[in-house]
Amino acid sequence: MPHVVVISMVDEVLKVINLKKYFTLRRGLLTSLIKREPPKVKAVDGVSFNVKRGEIFGLAGESGCGKTTTGRCILRLIEPTSGKIIFDGKDITNLSQGELKPLRKDMQIIFQDPYESLNPRMRVRDIIAEPLRIQRICKSRREEEEMVMKMLEEVELTPPEEFMNRLPHELSGGQRQRVAVARAFILKPKLIVADEPVSMLDISIRSEVLNVMLRERDTYGTSIIFITHDLSLARHICERIAIMYLGKIIEMGDVETILQEPKHPYTQALTAAVPIPDPDHKREIIPIKGEVPSALNPPSGCRFHPRCPYAKDTCGKIEPETITLEDGRLIACHLYTGK
Amino acid sequence: MSLQKLMEEHIKSLREFANTFFKNKFGVIGVAILSVFIFMAIFAPQISPYNPMDVKSIGVGKPFSPPAWIKIFNKDIPDDSVFGIMGTDELGRDIFSQIIYGSRISLIVGFAASFTAVFIGTIIGLIAGYYGGIIDEVLMRFADILLIIPGLPLMIVLAAILGPSIRNIILVIGITSWPSIARIIRSQVLTVKEMKFVEFARAAGCGDNYIIFKHILPNVMPLVYVNAAINIANAILIEAGLSFLGLGDPNNISWGMMLFFAEQYQALLRLAWWYIFPPGICILLVVLSFIFIGHALDEILNPRLRLRR
Amino acid sequence: MPLLQVKNLKTYYQTARGYVKAVDGVNFQIEEGEVFGLAGESGCGKTTVALSIIRLLPPGGRIIDGKIIFNDKNILTMSEEDIRKIRWKKIAIVFQGAMNALNPVIKVGDQIVEAITTHENVSKEDAWKRTEKLFEMVGIDPSRAKDYPHEFSGGMKQRVMIAMALACNPQLLIADEPATALDVIVQAQILKLMRELQRKMNLSMMLITHDLSIIAETCNKVAIMYAGKIVEYADTKRIFRDPQHPYTRGLINAFPSIRGPKRKLISIPGTPPDLLNPPSGCRFHPRCPYTNDKCKKIEPELKDIGERHYVACHMSW
Repeated sequence: MPHVVVISMVDEVLKVINLKKYFTLRRGLLTSLIKREPPKVKAVDGVSFNVKRGEIFGLAGESGCGKTTTGRCILRLIEPTSGKIIFDGKDITNLSQGELKPLRKDMQIIFQDPYESLNPRMRVRDIIAEPLRIQRICKSRREEEEMVMKMLEEVELTPPEEFMNRLPHELSGGQRQRVAVARAFILKPKLIVADEPVSMLDISIRSEVLNVMLRERDTYGTSIIFITHDLSLARHICERIAIMYLGKIIEMGDVETILQEPKHPYTQALTAAVPIPDPDHKREIIPIKGEVPSALNPPSGCRFHPRCPYAKDTCGKIEPETITLEDGRLIACHLYTGK
Repeated sequence: MSLQKLMEEHIKSLREFANTFFKNKFGVIGVAILSVFIFMAIFAPQISPYNPMDVKSIGVGKPFSPPAWIKIFNKDIPDDSVFGIMGTDELGRDIFSQIIYGSRISLIVGFAASFTAVFIGTIIGLIAGYYGGIIDEVLMRFADILLIIPGLPLMIVLAAILGPSIRNIILVIGITSWPSIARIIRSQVLTVKEMKFVEFARAAGCGDNYIIFKHILPNVMPLVYVNAAINIANAILIEAGLSFLGLGDPNNISWGMMLFFAEQYQALLRLAWWYIFPPGICILLVVLSFIFIGHALDEILNPRLRLRR
Repeated sequence: MPLLQVKNLKTYYQTARGYVKAVDGVNFQIEEGEVFGLAGESGCGKTTVALSIIRLLPPGGRIIDGKIIFNDKNILTMSEEDIRKIRWKKIAIVFQGAMNALNPVIKVGDQIVEAITTHENVSKEDAWKRTEKLFEMVGIDPSRAKDYPHEFSGGMKQRVMIAMALACNPQLLIADEPATALDVIVQAQILKLMRELQRKMNLSMMLITHDLSIIAETCNKVAIMYAGKIVEYADTKRIFRDPQHPYTRGLINAFPSIRGPKRKLISIPGTPPDLLNPPSGCRFHPRCPYTNDKCKKIEPELKDIGERHYVACHMSW
């Protein structure tokens, strides 16, 4: 397939069009003889969105909704089944890993678990310098060292000389995560996928790491895809947000619009379920029951309809298309499509 | 606690490692025994009183002479019927010198064969575990076949075909004992490759070779060390076994071969215990020393064992 | 008379490098029918408090000092046999991730029946009937008692664990992060269920969590723990409206909320101390913005500043 070069709207760093990722389940020899089609988990099933330059875009939902898979597909860490990923005006969906290498300079990732994301046998200086070395940015060791030191200062691991030669186990969880932030930002990427970057940290440390990340973002104008299950946190970090349910985006728009006046019944339930640190707050009644069904056999029509308090006949039959409402939000729900 | 954190806890500078190692009783005993044998092997020409193959010493000692110190218990034995510290063999050669030179063969074969096996096993384990899919499938099935075939008969056949020489014995042992190592390494690779730092490296544009050698190999090395130590013990036993069956290199005296000749010349019937015990005990001690060292390494490097204590 | 009184509890863990002072002089009490919240970050000792109450400490853990008075009896001086009579029958506990504690090869109902029959002298039939009633109570169709654990979702399993905890009508239910591993909607459902059951059965409850918003929603009273000590202890509304200790303030400021004004999240600098060698004086002083010399030297006591609002801080607020 020829590479389609899309002339970009300058203010969009990433455009995802109808992205799908189906995982094929491995089966035993016997079952594969009986049934022809192997079972597929539709982890991501037709997701479209774009990320503006310098924007923090939230991707939120419960576990298993496909938010992490979407993030990894965007970086081509796993191969999407179909759809298009246009990064910085260039279609990267079908590039080989070799062709991608120079582009990797501009997209990075931060992971959730600070204990698993740093190689236990490498020193902090080598961990942070790794992207520099792979992309062959520095001409000398001195230059590399200077860049690493500057980065350590930026993430407030000071004095940098003290942290340079440490091994990961000599750092606390928060410090590790700052190393991960430094490593992701050292190439001044255009896009960072931050997959629950603070959800394993204690509250008192969490905001420190977040603030470091936000300041780096301000310095370099990096766009961030902030993947999270924590809507309260998303509200404070993101500018726009997409709510995912079983592999689909069901509502998307400005973060305050979506979280303060949710329109989709699922978003309504989700926002109502978030506990609020205020003892005077009267909890809203959560209208939905049950738990997220398996992505192996998702419900027909609107995937939310078996749990939806407003479900009609059409909901079980026809999948709602995504429409734009007057306030600019996108929503996929028959309550608003008029069907 | 995540595996990662456990692994990190066991990364220590060499000095710290040595400290923990020498706190371990097994480790200390193992190293002590082994250093005696290594000393023997290195300084064999200086230590051994005679040339082990020197039949001329018949002039001094008769065939099957018991060791000289036997006279403490039985003064009636004539002086010319006893010889040296460990007596003589069927040709009147000095057994003590043979034992000293024999340590060379045992250790060389042990180290070299184990190195071969660990080298092949590690490479195959890394490749199979990292790439997975059809490559993994093919390599592991091949390993399974080698594992299923009874080891000793295969080695006997191979040794017989290749002919008796040290190099061939090393090859035979190396080729037949890598599969179990490959399996162990592969399972560890499967765990490590799912870790996020590997994914980050990929996201940063690292190639497969870089990831395998920079990120995965260092994290499976502890396992490699443990397996190497235990494998040396195994290799020494196999060498002794093959030599005892007469498949050893006749130009180089080894403990297994001493037992082979002892058996051939009916040392047992002649009650020539000084011919049988020394090589037997030496094999036992060297093997034991490596097993102790392997055990100690395992306890230090393997988090699960440590937690149990 | 309160149902449970914890007085000057000290629980240390012995390690190769010395004693970890996980709980170091903790005082609080739980009245009948009260929901008491114990909040703090990981490693502050909150779970150790719970384990000390039921005397199920992991190897190396030892209660050094203090009293735990439950129904007028000191749990810490009881024989192992007596404590076994109290555990689960009088004081039940639901752990974080308890749902993974179900045996995968035994039917869920049978697991509860077995638990009931080992603790109480009842027939299998009666125990089964009670199990079905319990299932109904926690909102699961009783016919599902015949299913195996893997046929339940995470939230359902947690409901089963709650049912099991309530099987013998305990007086006190200790819930250690009961909903942490679950998704928000399920978490809200579980917490709602627990609140309802608590009210219906007039249970006393001790809720241990790191999440202040859950405390705000569920508890009447709350104690904030930091590095093995309670730093503030009061009525929940008071704590949130008028936090006194700098750590409590820091925590509340660090908590994002989905409602109310949007503000910058403020962090507490530094990291929690190593409990092998806790800082001298006030344990929070290395991270506190108001530290003075006194804080470094003298340990502040938990003092009532009025209306049973206890604070351990030298600053006179």
